[in-house]
Amino acid sequence: MSSYARGLRDGLPFLLMVLPFGMLFGVVATEAGLSLTETVSFSVVVIAGAAQFTALSLMNEHAPTAVVLASALAVNLRMAMYSASLTPHLGATPLWQRALISYFLVDQTYAGSMLEFEKRPNLSISEKAAYFFGLATPVCPPWYFATLLGAWLGAAIPTELGLDFAVPVAFLAMIAPMLRTPAHKVAAVTAACFALGFAWLPYNLGLIVGGVSGMMAGARAEIYFEARRKT
Amino acid sequence: MIDTTTLWTVILGLGFGSFALRFVFLGFIGNRALPAWLLRHLRYTAVAVLPALIAPLILWPAANGGQPEPTRLVAAAVTFGVGYFTKNVIAAMVSGALVLIAGGYLLN
Repeated sequence: MSSYARGLRDGLPFLLMVLPFGMLFGVVATEAGLSLTETVSFSVVVIAGAAQFTALSLMNEHAPTAVVLASALAVNLRMAMYSASLTPHLGATPLWQRALISYFLVDQTYAGSMLEFEKRPNLSISEKAAYFFGLATPVCPPWYFATLLGAWLGAAIPTELGLDFAVPVAFLAMIAPMLRTPAHKVAAVTAACFALGFAWLPYNLGLIVGGVSGMMAGARAEIYFEARRKT
Repeated sequence: MIDTTTLWTVILGLGFGSFALRFVFLGFIGNRALPAWLLRHLRYTAVAVLPALIAPLILWPAANGGQPEPTRLVAAAVTFGVGYFTKNVIAAMVSGALVLIAGGYLLN
């Protein structure tokens, strides 16, 4: 099986979170008065669910444009961390591929490719890139399509109990197998605790505090456990 | 109603800004070597940022008015447990989804 096909196969379950989430955005955006073109353009140009919802709700409250942009970009700050984290794996691909990878870099494609790259460290650069694009195929175009569908169907979509929980469940399922070493566990627990402790910060900055603390804790723990192994 | 100029300013500004955030390291660093201390931190990006992202969503779901909710907590615990012990992402997702669906039926 080619790396692209494997990525495509591994990305298929994401449809379960992308479709309802995208449709919800379509519904909410049309209810806020956006046209079909505007709604779909939003998803194609920005391609980041949480940031899109943030921007939309702030615009609905008539927040100043600068505040809307700053808040939504703060929600997306984690993308810069994803970009840095993928650089050792995909930094050697041609510039046009790096530009495409950047455009398609979302939580799902990042988490899925890190899981694969850590599981199979011997993949070549082009295999890694192909896997990434395979993952992006059932994630990104369906995001546009789901937005369009939501905008068309409008409020006819039932927003039942539990749908909101597709995102946490999917990410938990991906994080759990990544906790291979004590340092990984330290990083995850620290990050979760700090994110909860700093959840009161505005602009979703608690996420950034949590993420950075977790990375620092993981790096420290790695040094500590390495030193202990040597003695 | 949202003003059209504001809307397009936000769409294009957010699109450009998000792309810049995603491209900043991949695009500009490329295959230049990164210092060891930075690589050491980057190894933990996924296991740090993703838990930080979902921890508040699990404990304080907006759909339940920001209050902890038993079905969601059990679903999260089951998803994590299955994922941790089987290393199987799909099995973990399906188990969590089943708990959510079962919980939804039992409690309604």
